[in-house]
This record gives sequence, structure tokens and C-alpha cells, in this order.
Amino acid sequence: MAMQFELVSPERKLASVEASEVQIPGADGDFTAMPGHTPMITTLRPGYLKVVSGSGTQEYFVTGGFAEVSAETASVLAERAYARADMTPELQAELIAEAQKAHETAGSDDSAKLLDDMTAGVALT
Amino acid sequence: MPSLKDLKNRIESVKSTRKITKAMQMVAAAKLRRAQEAAEAGRPYAERFNAVMGQLAASVGSSESAPKLLSGTGSDQTQLLIVLTAERGLCGGFNGNIAKLARYQAEKLIAEGKTVKILTVGKKGREVLKRDLSDYFIGHVDLSEVKRLGYADAAGIAQDVLSRFDAGEFDVAKLYYSKFESVISQKPTEQQLIPAKFDAPEEDAGSSTIYDYEPSEEAILADLLPRGVATQIFSALLENGAGEQGARMSAMDNATRNAGEMIDKLTIEFNRSRQAVITNELIEIISGAEAL
Repeated sequence: MAMQFELVSPERKLASVEASEVQIPGADGDFTAMPGHTPMITTLRPGYLKVVSGSGTQEYFVTGGFAEVSAETASVLAERAYARADMTPELQAELIAEAQKAHETAGSDDSAKLLDDMTAGVALT
Repeated sequence: MPSLKDLKNRIESVKSTRKITKAMQMVAAAKLRRAQEAAEAGRPYAERFNAVMGQLAASVGSSESAPKLLSGTGSDQTQLLIVLTAERGLCGGFNGNIAKLARYQAEKLIAEGKTVKILTVGKKGREVLKRDLSDYFIGHVDLSEVKRLGYADAAGIAQDVLSRFDAGEFDVAKLYYSKFESVISQKPTEQQLIPAKFDAPEEDAGSSTIYDYEPSEEAILADLLPRGVATQIFSALLENGAGEQGARMSAMDNATRNAGEMIDKLTIEFNRSRQAVITNELIEIISGAEAL
């Protein structure tokens, strides 16, 4: 049994594959969506998304957004998403710097959490 | 009667104009294809997003605790008009049409006694609106340095708009841009941005899936609404981008054709004048010979 997995960013569709399981970094904790999962919608925190399909495992880094999971589909709408291979140290530093800057301008608890999540998420290599 | 030399110069000048417009048309055609692809690629996200937001808004929207971005401030006294136009001209009536619609709406709102504020994105719209409405301008976003339109550009505009909303600077925000219908037709459109409006999901469509929400519905909605603003601005910018190139392409096609016609006319005039000069000379010679 497989589920249709889709990863879209505002600019383009990054992936659309049949997957057997998808690990998603939800705002309240990571979870794995498998076929037959109860329908749910959750927001994302920065972190790695792991897609297991017949042709192997792919990983993507997402900066935020939300995921819609149902029994047969898993759609991730990411604000920005990068394939694992594109995550260069420069890009990681850039993402952290952006979160840092956002935190300095906003100064709220939310932005502090985002910064922490970003730092932690990026470090998971 | 212009001299032969003048006519020749004019023909040369129209010919080089034709070359330029022809080149611009080809460039616009290439850019149009890219812009259309970008608009196409952005569609799945916007559609999904709106579908989810529609569901969420339907279930939370009516409650008291609904976020202001969705339910509004309860007033429509101060209106913010966000006018999206191109950075460059020479694209027919494209910028003019958007500005015309925005101006018409602004004047209507002013006549109704509302407070109007205008945020312009794109130089051309600003230039057109400056004449009558410059008192209402509160800001301008310059995208002329942007080579390839990205989500980050839209997010920047959205952030600006949202911080103004949080500061209570306006109650209602509307977006003015051009919908890309085809290469020859772009329709100026008004779209309400804040309070957010989503097409409610069809009740009888059998999509009665009940979702679990994590964290809560309210928290998700509060997180997603600002993104929704950015998403809508982004799709509007993409539509505008495709529309601009389409409009420029057809405008330049017309210009090229007109230049061709003008060259034909001038060439006929040139030939006639040359013939007239020759005839004149002959008459002079003959009458000179007869006089002897």
C-alpha cells in the first residue's frame, strides 16, 4: 500500500511520488504519516522531511508551512524547501542568519522558537 | 513638401524603430513563456492553500475568537489599496488599465467619505496615480532590481502590509492587479486581501473528511493567515508578470506592423517626389530649349 506524497513550495512543485511513509517535522513534534493515517492538518517547524518510497529515501529541508495528511495522501506545503543535497553550509548559515534577524526585529517568543528550531533543524545532518 | 533627403532619413529612422520593436517583441515572447511557466508552477500551492484555508475558515470563521485577519476589524473606514503594476512601460494599456481601475475605486471610496491609503508596487502605476492621488500614498515597493520574481519578494510586501495592519493603519486591504487570461487579454482585477476571503468548500461535494488539527484550529489559522496574504500577493505578482509580457508582446507586434505600414507609405511618397523632381527638371530643360 502506498500514499501519494506531494511537496509544493509557492514557486514550484518539488516532488510528487508514491510513498510508503513520510516523516514530517510537525510543530508539536515529528510524526510519520503512513497509508491509512487519520486525516490531519498540522503546521511545520524547520526540519528535515523524510520520504520513503519504492525508489529509496529522499530528504528535504523545510523552513515552515503546513502539512495535510489523509489516508491516501500526504501534502506538504512548505514556505521554502530544499533537497538534502542542496543544503550547503552556506545555505544553512544563511537560514540561521535570517531567523536570527527575524527574531531581532520581532523579538517575540514565536520568533525565538523559530530561531531555536531552525538552529536545531539545520544541525541535524 | 519635404525634400528627398528628409524623406530618406525618415524612412531610415522608421526602419530602425521597426527593428527595435521587433526585437522587443521577441524578447517579450521568450519572457512570457518563462513567466507563464512560473505562474503555472505556483498554482498547485495556491490552490491547496486556499482549499485548506477554506475549510479552516469555515469551521473557525464564525466564532468570536476568530483572528482579525479573517473577521476584520469590524469597520471599513480606512481602506488600503495595493496597486501592483509593472516596472517598465511599453506594454500597451497594461499599467494604465490597472491604474484606471484603482483610481476609479479610490475616487468612489473617497466620495463615500472613507479614508483611502495607497501602497504602490511597481513604478509605472505610481507614475500614473501620482497626478491625482499622490496625497494618499503611504508607501512604495520597488521591484525594478528583481530579476526573477521569488516568493521572498511577495513575503516582504506581505510583511509590510501586515505590520501596518497590526498597527491599526487600515481596516480593509484590497489588491489591484491584472489577471492573465491570454496573450491579448489581461483583465484588471480587484481582490480583497484583508479581511481574508476564501471560497467556502462545497458542502455537498462529499469532502466531509474531518481533520484533526495540531496544534489547535485557531493556532493553525493564526499561523496560516499571514502566509495567506503573502501567497495571494505572490500569485498576483506572477499573474501580473505573465500579463505584462503578454501585453508587451502584442503591443510590440502592433508597433512593428504600424512601422511597416508607415515605411510603405513613406516609400511611395519618396518615389512620387523623386518622379516630380525628374519631371520638373525635364520641363525646365525642354522649355529652355524651346525658348532659344
